[in-house]
Amino acid sequence: MKFAIQVNEGPYQHQATDSAYLFTRAALEKGHEIFRVFFYHDGVGNGTRLTTPPQDDRHIVNRWADLAEKHDLDLVVCVAAAQRRGMVDDGEAERNGKDATNIHPKFRISGLGQLIEAAVQSDRLVVFGD
Amino acid sequence: MAEQIKNFLYLNRRAPYGTIYAWESLEVVLIGAAFDQKVSLAFLDDGVFQIVKGQDTKGVEMKNFSPTYSALGDYDVNQLYVERESLEERGLSIDDLMHLTWEDEDEDWAEKDSIRVVSRAELARIIEQQDVVFSF
Repeated sequence: MKFAIQVNEGPYQHQATDSAYLFTRAALEKGHEIFRVFFYHDGVGNGTRLTTPPQDDRHIVNRWADLAEKHDLDLVVCVAAAQRRGMVDDGEAERNGKDATNIHPKFRISGLGQLIEAAVQSDRLVVFGD
Repeated sequence: MAEQIKNFLYLNRRAPYGTIYAWESLEVVLIGAAFDQKVSLAFLDDGVFQIVKGQDTKGVEMKNFSPTYSALGDYDVNQLYVERESLEERGLSIDDLMHLTWEDEDEDWAEKDSIRVVSRAELARIIEQQDVVFSF
């Protein structure tokens, strides 16, 4: 089956990001396809490479990135939600005159159309959040 | 984009200003309207407060985005379900809601109501008929 995943909550604050990750990993291990993982609302925080959790805790950002590396996952951060919350890539930094970026290289920032397209193209959209 | 048309339902379950979910949900609806899918919205639980008329956000210094709901008809988003039990539980009736309309081009642009009040049981059946359910 082909899945689209939507993550609506911030990392560490809310278990939704863990559940989304574990679901995505399990689906891939069972041979299903993940069309895209789309990060919305505070979920955009899953994509910052500056995250530094305590060493004995899971690293949520790197965990997504490793899964993306292994399975060629498309990890997309919503641009509108990202702008509000200070998630920045090279293009956004240039457009908005920011002096830094914080997006992890395994993530990309794009528009809400990517979420709609994922829902259209997939057999199931699975939303993680409250 | 494939020529595929699906039934999209946006479930709006939260009050408009306590969290950003309502406003960012509306942003998805507006972007999604460009994709030629069959779209409907449902308002339930505290989500019914999103379309209450006469909203004034000056005191909380937030943007009052409620006028945007009036534009949905122009985006061909004209199926708005409101759950009756959620209204009643909050002491609201349809008279407390904004009058949201759309113009039917097949009937000489006749103005029609977008809002339909449905029971919890009816809403369950509506959800069952969908291909994609967004929950905000």
